[in-house]
Amino acid sequence: MGMPALLSRLAGALVALAVLLPLAAVFWRAGGASALGPADWAAVRFSLTQASLSALLSVALAVPAARALARRQFPGRSLLVTLLGAPFILPVVVAVFGLLAVFGQNGIASRALVLLGFEPLSIYGLHGVVLAHVFFNLPLATRLILQGWLAIPAERFRLAATLGLPPGAVFRLLEVPMLLRAAPGALVVIFVICLSSFAVALTLGGGPRATTVELAIYQAFRFEFDLGRAALLSVVQLLLAAGAAALAARLALPPAMGAGLDRVTPRWDAARAALRAQDAAWLTLVAAFLLVPLAMIVARGVPGLFEMPAQVWRAAGYSLAVALGSTVLTVALALPLASRGGEVLAVSAIAVSPLVLGTGLFLILRPVASPGDVALPVTAAVNALMALPFALRVIRPELEAVRSDYGRLCLSLGLTGRWFWTRVALPRLRRPLGFAAGLTAALSAGDLGVIALFADPERATLPLQMYRLMGAYRMEAAAGAALLLLAMSLALFWAFDRGGRVART
Amino acid sequence: MRSLLIAAGLVTGAAAAQAQTPELTVYTYDSFVSDWGPGPQIESAFEEVCGCDLTFVAAGDGAALLSRIRLEGESTEADIVLGLDTNLTHAARETGLFAGHGLSPELDLPVAWEDPHFLPFDWGYFAFVHDADFDAPGSFTELAESDASILIQDPRSSTPGLGLVMWVKAAYGDEAQAIWDGLADNVVTVTPGWSEAYGLFLEGEADMVLSYTTSPAYHLIAEDDPTKAAAPFEEGHYMQVEVAGMLEGTEEPELARQFLEFMTGPAFQSVIPTTNWMYPAVTPPEGLPEGFETLITPDEALLFTPAEAAEIRDAALEEWRVGLSR
Repeated sequence: MGMPALLSRLAGALVALAVLLPLAAVFWRAGGASALGPADWAAVRFSLTQASLSALLSVALAVPAARALARRQFPGRSLLVTLLGAPFILPVVVAVFGLLAVFGQNGIASRALVLLGFEPLSIYGLHGVVLAHVFFNLPLATRLILQGWLAIPAERFRLAATLGLPPGAVFRLLEVPMLLRAAPGALVVIFVICLSSFAVALTLGGGPRATTVELAIYQAFRFEFDLGRAALLSVVQLLLAAGAAALAARLALPPAMGAGLDRVTPRWDAARAALRAQDAAWLTLVAAFLLVPLAMIVARGVPGLFEMPAQVWRAAGYSLAVALGSTVLTVALALPLASRGGEVLAVSAIAVSPLVLGTGLFLILRPVASPGDVALPVTAAVNALMALPFALRVIRPELEAVRSDYGRLCLSLGLTGRWFWTRVALPRLRRPLGFAAGLTAALSAGDLGVIALFADPERATLPLQMYRLMGAYRMEAAAGAALLLLAMSLALFWAFDRGGRVART
Repeated sequence: MRSLLIAAGLVTGAAAAQAQTPELTVYTYDSFVSDWGPGPQIESAFEEVCGCDLTFVAAGDGAALLSRIRLEGESTEADIVLGLDTNLTHAARETGLFAGHGLSPELDLPVAWEDPHFLPFDWGYFAFVHDADFDAPGSFTELAESDASILIQDPRSSTPGLGLVMWVKAAYGDEAQAIWDGLADNVVTVTPGWSEAYGLFLEGEADMVLSYTTSPAYHLIAEDDPTKAAAPFEEGHYMQVEVAGMLEGTEEPELARQFLEFMTGPAFQSVIPTTNWMYPAVTPPEGLPEGFETLITPDEALLFTPAEAAEIRDAALEEWRVGLSR
């Protein structure tokens, strides 16, 4: 019924090797692992704390936001849904600057507080790290959970309305089971991406108390050139991620809603004024939290747009190529890997430190190719790997729903293999595929990936070029490049995501 | 027929000449090679005199550069590594990959320079940069007692961050721990690199940022903005000396040496002040660009030797960590 087993195994082996071979290369070059010290374990503890808090808070806040989006129609709703994707795909340093323009010592929120006679906000510390991670991941969690809501067949809500169920009962009977299915997966991808946080945790952490595992890896690598310790820390991160992913896979319920007729859901239960006001309040809050920092990024970037050197435009072209390459690769891997095991594998893979992964790839590829020549393909491949768990999180629940809802029917009709995919599965997967492709393209365009290790001066991607501008005092031009990057990522995201949605209707 | 033969001969000759053009590969840090960095001007200036093809390869920052050379070992394609500082040269020397340069140019450094492997190409003083109208403290002790807020870089991921740790250690020795304890409440945050800290400072996140005494020159010369200043500290200022060295395994030792010689010459050095925003290792004949005379000049230059720096680094880092973790 599903993808041919051989294809799934092949894709799985490819992902596993793409991570394990570089790790092994680093261990081999180091001549073995070296022991971890107390400071390393403190970093593990801090990483776990901030990642757990960030994931829990992101998902908890996403539930009411997704519910409001699921049961309301209003002008600008689809624009809001697209813009919600923006923070997640921003390069870290850009997002941090956007957040600081609002919540920093000199941000607009602080200035307003000072005007009113209060102390300015202090964003630096564990709370700042969590705030930034929520800013990044709340939109992703919202979209993932919104997808769960939209997957509840309209017929169920119709039945609930016929039976005169109050909103509380609708929530308990229809929405809670859906959440139990959607939430663990969302929690895990966010937990893992926050686990390997580096620049956010460092910039907003306020000092050495906020030392994450990724920073400990940096220290081992750059300071002591202790490759064995760097690789071992990477393995610790990988095991934590794999553990979390396996646990979530166990906890998540299988789809059990049954099939519907794919109709838009009118929500009779939500027509009350109080609920309407509640949804409006949630959406306003979430939109303000996400969009005001974005607006600040745009405002900072506009003057710089006219100061960008020609290199920036060339870099944008390279980034576009990298983004499209990653998208093809990710979607090609995601379809055969859309299974429980595939998702655990993909989630574990992104917990490997980019620094260690890049070093390993460098060691493997250098004997056969000049690092500068393979910089762009390697970046595209690594970015594809990094986007894979998100693509899977989007695609897998819907694919499983298709299988459980239509699998037996298709079997009895003899619709298997190619027919099942082209006639039943793919048409139903257009929306998640479009969303996953948009996410991948945008993430890949904005990600620094491993290019810094490989790049030659001629072939820098846009994020790298932006860092170079910052490193040369050209903060205004860098802000312009950041705006260009934001616009490009959003356009990619919008094009794929919309492609998926339009095709459905 | 004859003219055809001549033409063919010319073509072969040209191809042979092209094949014989020697190549020189220089590994350097990222910001050196960008359009607005010194790289492009230096490349064309050197290619004019060397009859060779000069290629810059960018690899992160100074520490990443050293890591890359260590990863590549003897099989490296680099002939020259340009962009290490004196906190890294000890480890670089220990790799045994670097050759003696055998040169002794007259340098304009505030300290004596005798290093058989590495030659400086520019240098600067670390300093806290602030808005000119801010009443800046005049020493670390004054800073620690004041409520001035500062942005610094993490010494584990940033070369200026490590420079500050060395600065406090050089100025205070055994008292360094007390200074860090006192600075803990002044530090707004610690960033991964110089760019983030400097960017946050320009956004108004703190009163001062750890940078260089030459930073105000960028604002003055490139942006016509005289509102930035560096705070002179009475303990003296720690230096960053950026160096280059040639590799033992280079196939072009003569060319590599020629590059190092060129590096301390006027064509290279006159590019440095307004692209790298540091002091040139040898002041070019035309002097420093207009605007540099407005910069503060510390009374005392502090600098550990590479061996000292390597020896005290871990203990100094631990003082930093303990002090700021409170």
